[in-house]
Amino acid sequence: MQTFDLEAQGLRNLNAALQAQSKETNQTAWEVVNAKGSHAIAVGLDAPIEVTVKGSTGYYCAGMNKQATVRIHGSAGPGVAENMMSGTVIIDGDASQYAGATANGGTLIIKGNASSRCGISMKGVDIIVHGNVGHMSAFMAQSGNMVVCGDAGDALGDSIYEARLFVRGSVKSLGADCIEKEMRPEHLEILKDLLERGECDAKPEEFKRYGSARKLYNFDIDNAY
Amino acid sequence: MCGIVGLFLKDTSLEPNLGRMLTDMLITMTDRGPDSAGIAIYGTEHKGKVKLTVQSDHPDRDFAGLDKDLQKALGGDVTIRVNDTHAVIEIDTAWAAAGRTVLAELRPDVRIMSTGETLEIYKEVGLPKNVAARFDVSSMSGSHGIGHTRMATESAVTTMGAHPFNTGRDQCLVHNGSLSNHASLRRKLRKAGMHIETENDTEVGAAYVSWKMQNGSTLGEALASSIDDLDGFFNFVVGTKDGFGVVRDPIACKPAVMAETDQYVAFASEYRAFVNLPGIDHARVWEPEPATVYFWSHKAAPTATEKAA
Repeated sequence: MQTFDLEAQGLRNLNAALQAQSKETNQTAWEVVNAKGSHAIAVGLDAPIEVTVKGSTGYYCAGMNKQATVRIHGSAGPGVAENMMSGTVIIDGDASQYAGATANGGTLIIKGNASSRCGISMKGVDIIVHGNVGHMSAFMAQSGNMVVCGDAGDALGDSIYEARLFVRGSVKSLGADCIEKEMRPEHLEILKDLLERGECDAKPEEFKRYGSARKLYNFDIDNAY
Repeated sequence: MCGIVGLFLKDTSLEPNLGRMLTDMLITMTDRGPDSAGIAIYGTEHKGKVKLTVQSDHPDRDFAGLDKDLQKALGGDVTIRVNDTHAVIEIDTAWAAAGRTVLAELRPDVRIMSTGETLEIYKEVGLPKNVAARFDVSSMSGSHGIGHTRMATESAVTTMGAHPFNTGRDQCLVHNGSLSNHASLRRKLRKAGMHIETENDTEVGAAYVSWKMQNGSTLGEALASSIDDLDGFFNFVVGTKDGFGVVRDPIACKPAVMAETDQYVAFASEYRAFVNLPGIDHARVWEPEPATVYFWSHKAAPTATEKAA
């Protein structure tokens, strides 16, 4: 285990050390102490390493992640796991605005609540939230899965394309072109897997599925050139 | 950008540390807005007296003998406490309105930062750490306070353009965001008799809240109606003589985080502003909901009122 004191050693040194790890590295376990809400912790990683951040983080923690597993023992600030490509990000506390925004792949697990715009423009990531998500979550979501074990705020899935949204609790309102959809056996299978990966003991049968009605401008053949 | 901080103390034993804690929070927010900074402190009240906190670019010239000149014009006791470019003048409450007029005649270059029984506002252009140091904010005590680090997106980078803005006795407001209908609202408020000095959008937000309260709204009601009447993105943190409130617009894209313990309620644009507060590791930390008014008072229980969409 490598322990890195962020306060003493600085952000650039941390990210340089983490980004320098290759697929064959022996230094697979890292611990970051004195996070103190700092921005851009553990961004741009591209190796199968495990990074544990002690304390809460500021903006963009674990952004652009590939392969790495980043666990935050605290809450995450805005833009956590933004544009993640692969790997796993786990937050023990809450996540602020636009968690997992534009993420192409990987798994984002939020043990607490997520704030507004969770999964905005998600493009393939799987997001599992144990608590609630705020307003405008999955706005313009294009691909991937979002699981909300609690409630969803206003305008869930506004202008959604193809992502699947599973919500156990209430949905305050659905955004434009987002509708409730039938939960077929294959969706229950997908959800079962997501809940297991998300370290969540909820039952797939308790959830409703939401997705695109495909009625907006871009889906209308009369609008084709 | 811009950074906002606020601290409302429940535990009076922390009052001597208010300035130090707010300064630390403010400096942490420097990279959200390094062009100017300001701080409002709710401090000691002297019964029957009102404080005018004033600013001058020529403090040696303007503050010399000002107490005697005011005393001569107004009568009664006038005290003045000079602090760098600012001075806190205490006059009898009954003369508050007359004091402003007389002051404008006696010292035309002096600008009024705040009027209040407990409120004092210190603000200047420059880095938050320099602004806090020149007024020695760290040594100030009080029951609550708010602060602002500015990154100007409209209107001039001047002392008057810095936050907080005081538009009613003991009322002040700081803002992160941008109001798009401030010009028309400024005209309307000026017609209604509100005194608005700058082209800054935040001053309009502050004057709006004061105008609503002068017309019978509670602070909570004034903040709730601001959600209907102000266009744009905004996080407001307001101070009153005995309380402190927060409201965000319905879109809520500007960052805000709050923390509460048995000892205090804190607000900041970012969590890292909290890291040195006592007991923060065990505080309840949350993001205020959009279109929801939060208010804490030394006189009443906390409130959270959601504004119906």
